[in-house]
Amino acid sequence: MDALDRKLLRDFRRLWAQALAIALVLACGVAILMTTFGMYQALNETRAAYYERNRFADLFAQTRRAPLTLMPEIRAIEGVYAVEPRVTGAAILTIPGRAENAVGRILSLPASGPPTLNEPILRSGRYPDPGAANEVMVNEPFARANGFALGDTFEANLNGSLRPLTITGTFLSPEFIYTIGPGALMPDNEGFGILMMPEPAVAAAFDMSGAFNSVSLKLTASARPEAVKDALDRILEPYGGLGAYDRIRQESHAFIDAEIKQLRSMSVILPPIFFGISAFLVNMVIGRIVMLERSEIGLMKAIGYSDTTVLTHYVLLAVLIAVGGLAVGWPMGSWLTFLLARLYAQFFDFPFLIFTMSYEPYVVSGVLALLTAALGAAQSALRAARMPPAVAMLPPAPPRFRRSMTDRLLQFLRLSQPVMMILRSLMRWPLRSFLNALGLALAVAILVSSSFFTDAMEEIIDSAFYQSNRQDAILLLSGDIKETALEEVRRLPGVMQAEGQLSALAILRNGHLSKHVPIEARRAGADLARIVDGDGHPREAPGHGILLAERLAAQLDLQPGETVEIEFLTGRRETVEVTVAGTVPQYFGLGAYMDFEALNALFRQTPQITMAHVTLDSAADTEFHAAVQDLPKLVSTIMLTDTRSGFQDTIEQNIGYMTTIYIVIASLITIGVAYNGARIQLSERARELASLRILGFSRGEVSFILVGETMLLALLAQPLGWLIGAGIAKAAVEGFTSDLYRIPLVLKPDTFAKASIVVLIAALVAALVVRRRLDNLDLVAAMKTRE
Amino acid sequence: MTETIFRTEGLTKVYDTGTVKIHALAGVDLELFSGELAVLLGPSGSGKSTLLNILGGLDHATAGRVWFRDLELTGLGDRGLTRFRRDHVGFVFQFYNLVASLTARENVQLVTDVSPNPMNPAEALELVGLGHRMDHFPAEMSGGEQQRVAIARAIAKRPEVLLCDEPTGALDSKTGVQVLEALRDVNERFGTTTAVITHNAAIRKMAHRVIRFQDGRISAVEVNKTRIAPAEIEW
Repeated sequence: MDALDRKLLRDFRRLWAQALAIALVLACGVAILMTTFGMYQALNETRAAYYERNRFADLFAQTRRAPLTLMPEIRAIEGVYAVEPRVTGAAILTIPGRAENAVGRILSLPASGPPTLNEPILRSGRYPDPGAANEVMVNEPFARANGFALGDTFEANLNGSLRPLTITGTFLSPEFIYTIGPGALMPDNEGFGILMMPEPAVAAAFDMSGAFNSVSLKLTASARPEAVKDALDRILEPYGGLGAYDRIRQESHAFIDAEIKQLRSMSVILPPIFFGISAFLVNMVIGRIVMLERSEIGLMKAIGYSDTTVLTHYVLLAVLIAVGGLAVGWPMGSWLTFLLARLYAQFFDFPFLIFTMSYEPYVVSGVLALLTAALGAAQSALRAARMPPAVAMLPPAPPRFRRSMTDRLLQFLRLSQPVMMILRSLMRWPLRSFLNALGLALAVAILVSSSFFTDAMEEIIDSAFYQSNRQDAILLLSGDIKETALEEVRRLPGVMQAEGQLSALAILRNGHLSKHVPIEARRAGADLARIVDGDGHPREAPGHGILLAERLAAQLDLQPGETVEIEFLTGRRETVEVTVAGTVPQYFGLGAYMDFEALNALFRQTPQITMAHVTLDSAADTEFHAAVQDLPKLVSTIMLTDTRSGFQDTIEQNIGYMTTIYIVIASLITIGVAYNGARIQLSERARELASLRILGFSRGEVSFILVGETMLLALLAQPLGWLIGAGIAKAAVEGFTSDLYRIPLVLKPDTFAKASIVVLIAALVAALVVRRRLDNLDLVAAMKTRE
Repeated sequence: MTETIFRTEGLTKVYDTGTVKIHALAGVDLELFSGELAVLLGPSGSGKSTLLNILGGLDHATAGRVWFRDLELTGLGDRGLTRFRRDHVGFVFQFYNLVASLTARENVQLVTDVSPNPMNPAEALELVGLGHRMDHFPAEMSGGEQQRVAIARAIAKRPEVLLCDEPTGALDSKTGVQVLEALRDVNERFGTTTAVITHNAAIRKMAHRVIRFQDGRISAVEVNKTRIAPAEIEW
């Protein structure tokens, strides 16, 4: 081994503590990059392959009832490659051994064999016999969650008639990678299942012989989706078409897409913060080393080592730090990826393994980490390489202190000499002080922005589950039912309160802007499902006109007092013009509200409802579920008590994980910055501090200078960190707002306080660790050291 | 007649600090001959170190020319000077300039790694009487021992010239003598042209020639008819 390599390794060993502090920050960047980038790639590629192999459709449309004779016309639309009609329906299921009902979504299977579009993958068993009326195959997660084996039987309420269904097989489908029941916020595999049955049986049960109510289209590569959508809408309109939509409005696709986009933006936003801080720390440390090794650099040059060799020598020292970062970051990243994969496996159902780590995340993060370290070292290493040998042999010129306005101010303040030393040192290297403070500020910002998410989540949950929706269950009814049916609901065992609601799917238009939304109408004074604004105040739909969620009004460019065109997609499918009576700020959904009487009057009908909200006596749970499945017009029950506790459990668990991870990350950044800053300060100040000790200053007084500078920087970093954190929160609020929800900007004082406490404690620990070296300061040696 | 190793012509070096110009060398004409041991004497700031740095290819002249044999150093760029230093020159500095994280042997190896025809590092250390201290780190050695490691490091590449800037400046008389003996040994055994800068006028007696500096110029050159051994030098 060359002597120079040996020097490199020994220098690295001597620097281990500083190198470790930097390596850990770098490791965070590497791990996060690997996890987000690796998962992004895995999800994206797996989804693409799955869609491709199983011919996931490009366009979807639902209608009330359209004759199969329309098929040739649909196939003839320019740009259509394949079309598949089917019958879909909903059923309340009675699962043996389960008190609550489950909800099934029923899809018809073509008589000719497996579907040509959205082809399911058979996971076990076989397809139902095309002629059988009571055979069914169910999605694998539903079977697993309920402990079903092939041949097991459960009972389904198919459009009012109870029928036992026997499971012949289980499947997975590209349409249901993410399976979520109607009105649910989280997947519930036990309570919601996808049932595939032969077409004749489904058609008979739902009175759809010779007809379809759902159609999937695959387009050619050159197709113009908008034109196809318009053509399809025109064909289906007379048959109660609800508007064609593309993949982005397909529920499963939309959820995965949101996740993929979030991973991608995280992989672009977060790692650069860590890489940037690491580069700065490497720069600081290598800069100090080059300063200390001036004479050794001069010597290497005098001996005849080339500039390139000297440059490489110092860059390699930084590269060793990066290698340390990778040694920690790669396993950490693999582990985080594994955790995330396990989390995704709970929510996403893919037929093949997506979570094999490919080599790419390792290569990409490896190259970036090495580049980060090399770039961080570049400036100092170049300075070393360019230093003329004769100059390198001389001690560096003492730093120039000049009297300035600030000095006069300091003097005026009559500060003690140690305080003066701290302040002068900060001002002597303003850029370094600023970058140090910035590093610490980013640690604060990470904590502020992460706990902002927690608080925002809590507020959303409170608003959605405890303010707006106070019912225990929602009964979805098929077709419009007279309001008087509520009496029947009230008589169900365990029901304490029942309120009705009329929902009408409609397209709201203002000029060229349009939006598909359900319009909700409830009687004034409804208590179980309420309109609640962002401040938590309940609102009533106005007697005339329509009340819109603020986001919906903004998307349609509507102000209160203006007129909106409403095209109803149900009932008589009339188009009316209504005044926007007001707007209401809301977190969830794109709400549109009308008065119950007013909407019924618009439809020229006696009051009708499409759903009932109920509160339940939990003691009569079993009796309620046993009775409710006999309601003839019931499509689905949504148990909000389950949703609430499930949602809250998941959120709390995830928030617990995330909070821990972010605290660790912020502490690592703080320690990386504060420890290296203090070590460099100690190295620069050793003589000065030793002189003070010789002059009679106590250990405590000398430590004050060292720890004081670190802590002063940490204190100065706090407001900056709060600002950056609030900025990130604000950007997140804007970035995450979608049709599904808006995140409220919740910044509580204790969020800032907690972030500051974590960072200040971590900085103090780092400074105290360095302070211990001060106790071992060899006074005589420090005075003899030639700088 | 002995061969000329170094020749300078009107060598000038001006340091420009922005406000003042300092003439470190103000036109020096000098020749150093093969195998001679020359002592450069003069007060601080008289230009001795500047001259040595330029001869050794560590620094550029402001004006004038320098030749090493037939090679004009003043015409070389940084790369050429690096090559020249690597192949021909050994340096010894006042503060030893050992790499603290390398042992004595490894410090010598630092040179032998990049030289075309080096000695074995152990052999070089034997020559300066440090065969028994080879695996010690600089911090474990006395100043005299450290300086002898520096000499071993300088001679290990078998240089044609050895340039020493105050090699005994940081040493007491006893260790200083050991260092000077090592230098004389090398000069006599290998015929290495050796230039030694010193403040200590007593050392001049071991030289073949004494070159005196004053204000950036050579003020006098003396040839010693009789030389004395380092041990006889009165410190």
